[in-house]
Amino acid sequence: MLGVAYVLAAATRTSLPARADDPPDAARGMLAQVGDQLVAFGSEDGGAPLAVSDIPPHSDVVLAWPLDTARRVARNASRLNLIILMHFDPSSLSGPETARAANGIVAFTAVCSHQACWVTDWLSSKQLLQCPCHQSEYDLRQGGKVVSGPAPRGLAGLPLKVADGKLVVAGPFTDRVGGQKL
Amino acid sequence: MKGISYIVPLAVAAGLSWGVSGTTAFAGSVTGYQPVTQDRLDNPGPADWLLYRRTYDGHGDSPLRQINVDNVKDLTPVWTFSTGVVEGHEAPPMVNNGVMFVTTPGDQVLALDAASGDLLWRYAPKLPEDLFQLHPTNRGVAFWGNNLYLATTDSRLIALDAKTGKVVWEATVGDYHHGEYMTLEPLVVNGKVIIGTSGGEFGVRAYIAAYDADTGKALWKTYTVPSPSEPGGDTWNTDAWKTGGGSVWITGNYDPKRNLAYWGVGNAAPWPGDLHPGDNLYTSSTIALDPDTGKIVAYHQYHQNDSWDWDEVRPPILINMTRDGKTIDALVHPARDGYLWVLQQTDDGIKFISGKPFVYQNAFKSLDPQTGRPTYDLDHKPVVGKTVTFCPSLWGGDDWTSSAYSDETHLVYIPANNNMCGSNEGVDKKLLVGQLWLGVDPSTNKLVPNGQHIGELQAWDPATGKQAWMYPFPNQLFASVLTTAGGLVFVGGTNDRMFRAFDAKTGELLWQQRTNSGIIGMPVAFQVGDTEYIAVQSGWGVDAQRIQNSLAKTSMKLDPDEVPQGGVVWVFAVRHHN
Repeated sequence: MLGVAYVLAAATRTSLPARADDPPDAARGMLAQVGDQLVAFGSEDGGAPLAVSDIPPHSDVVLAWPLDTARRVARNASRLNLIILMHFDPSSLSGPETARAANGIVAFTAVCSHQACWVTDWLSSKQLLQCPCHQSEYDLRQGGKVVSGPAPRGLAGLPLKVADGKLVVAGPFTDRVGGQKL
Repeated sequence: MKGISYIVPLAVAAGLSWGVSGTTAFAGSVTGYQPVTQDRLDNPGPADWLLYRRTYDGHGDSPLRQINVDNVKDLTPVWTFSTGVVEGHEAPPMVNNGVMFVTTPGDQVLALDAASGDLLWRYAPKLPEDLFQLHPTNRGVAFWGNNLYLATTDSRLIALDAKTGKVVWEATVGDYHHGEYMTLEPLVVNGKVIIGTSGGEFGVRAYIAAYDADTGKALWKTYTVPSPSEPGGDTWNTDAWKTGGGSVWITGNYDPKRNLAYWGVGNAAPWPGDLHPGDNLYTSSTIALDPDTGKIVAYHQYHQNDSWDWDEVRPPILINMTRDGKTIDALVHPARDGYLWVLQQTDDGIKFISGKPFVYQNAFKSLDPQTGRPTYDLDHKPVVGKTVTFCPSLWGGDDWTSSAYSDETHLVYIPANNNMCGSNEGVDKKLLVGQLWLGVDPSTNKLVPNGQHIGELQAWDPATGKQAWMYPFPNQLFASVLTTAGGLVFVGGTNDRMFRAFDAKTGELLWQQRTNSGIIGMPVAFQVGDTEYIAVQSGWGVDAQRIQNSLAKTSMKLDPDEVPQGGVVWVFAVRHHN
């Protein structure tokens, strides 16, 4: 069933897979593509691709841009492309998150489904991720579902896998990325 | 108002479909457009509303008197127009010779026949898909020649042909990816379009800049936070100036006599003062700029090292005032910090005259009698690592909403919030460029109501420092004020969706009209033919809604969904009895 969900989600996407002859600016504007590696927010193009060991378990969220591995450019031209990573005990994950995670590391869009603010505040006491703009709270262990606040949809998940110790995007986003239109 | 049985002509917009991006749709045409000259800005005709507050001195006062204390009870909607947009509709309906220009959230501009409500054209800019709008609003267009000027939330300045709505030129002012944005109506002086930038909540270093009205060429740019080598740079003890805020998001006023533009500057970033030690010029200040060069000629800082999110972003109202038997050029500022400040323009700069709280304020212990510099009660100054309660709240005694000054009564009318304190705990977090960076733990950021009511429409005599009258509202009051020579004060701003008129002398409520949504917009008065009209946008959102959400979590238990969203332009006139 999960596979079917991915196909449906992919059909709604508008960005095409990266091609090596696309200009870098177009690649920078795209959402995470299957096969992309990830680089830490702030390190950008020159950053080393993130490995499992770069995401400490039970710590804080890590922000990352997708990395176009063909051209070695970070897809950082659009705020919509930012991704959050969190490392949980795999046994604590439930529902779709179990299949999407890689070694307990889960990935989601960082873009709030309410008004496209970046959701970055990890509330360790509640074990929830909170949007600093309007305080919507999401449960990353349960597929990014909304627990409270004005967000109309959960955070779109991004399936991961591990290849040569590095985190790699294993499938398209599970839902539309972005906020509500005004 | 008794039962209403008369028929009101309502203009109905034709069913039009809009393009999806960056388009202008035509429904009619602007004929006989009257170009706007410096002389018309210096001496605006009574029928028009050509500047944010109608006149450069910022009075927000109309000389029209057809609608007055005797007949305002018969004030009636003449036409309405639904903008089709949600969120905060804050812009004054600008009027030039019978043509109205309204802006909405999403930076749309509507041109309407001001008497009939017919839509003439609509401009809808293409905003980037990845834009996050912390304050989804716009506060109006400015005029020069045949152009209109629009400052956008994705940090562009756009000149439109007022007759067609077509783009004449467009300038990129800042980078929205870094949190820079604009919501204000530009100020035009002698062919220069002057704008200010927002983004203090994202740790930007804000500035005021001027562009050539005809070509869009950038002319000058003045940071509101100086670098260490500039005057005032020594008021930042650390590198915090680089991310020091000082946003500018309300239109400046202008003194033609001295050729000085007065602008208000927002708070220092992030909120807790211990994260940016020093006085932090020119945050929470008024600055006087030479509009030709952008040079800062004079300033007055209302309060140093802001820690409360008290932007002092409204410019002072320029009032020629007799005080203690002497005529002075006064600068009057009902501040977000809850004090009514009276300053004086002199050839040597800006001189402090007086400061007095107009709402309960517990952060200042005293003012220096010579300079007005406050001494703080540190128990009520937010810091990192401790929950602090302070009055008034972060929304202040009067946030961005403009007071008006009546040339008839010589009173200043302040839309105030009293009895509304706040609390928060500061956190020292690393700035992620483009991410919200308030420096407080959101779970601790609360309102603390402490009285029987909150909103107050207050009338003050700035010459004597005495309050003339006060009208209370149960909940928040969040809208700008209009006065007219008809002896009236108009204001919306309450969550019961009312638009109200008061007797300017006595504070008596004379008229009210329930509208579609809550009014946070600025009312205006204008005339077409021989009829005076009052216009305002009703469209609740942004901080009025945030206060509603916050009060919902207090003992007041407001319904957060009490006020529906969706903008409508309302235009009123007095119905003629036959």
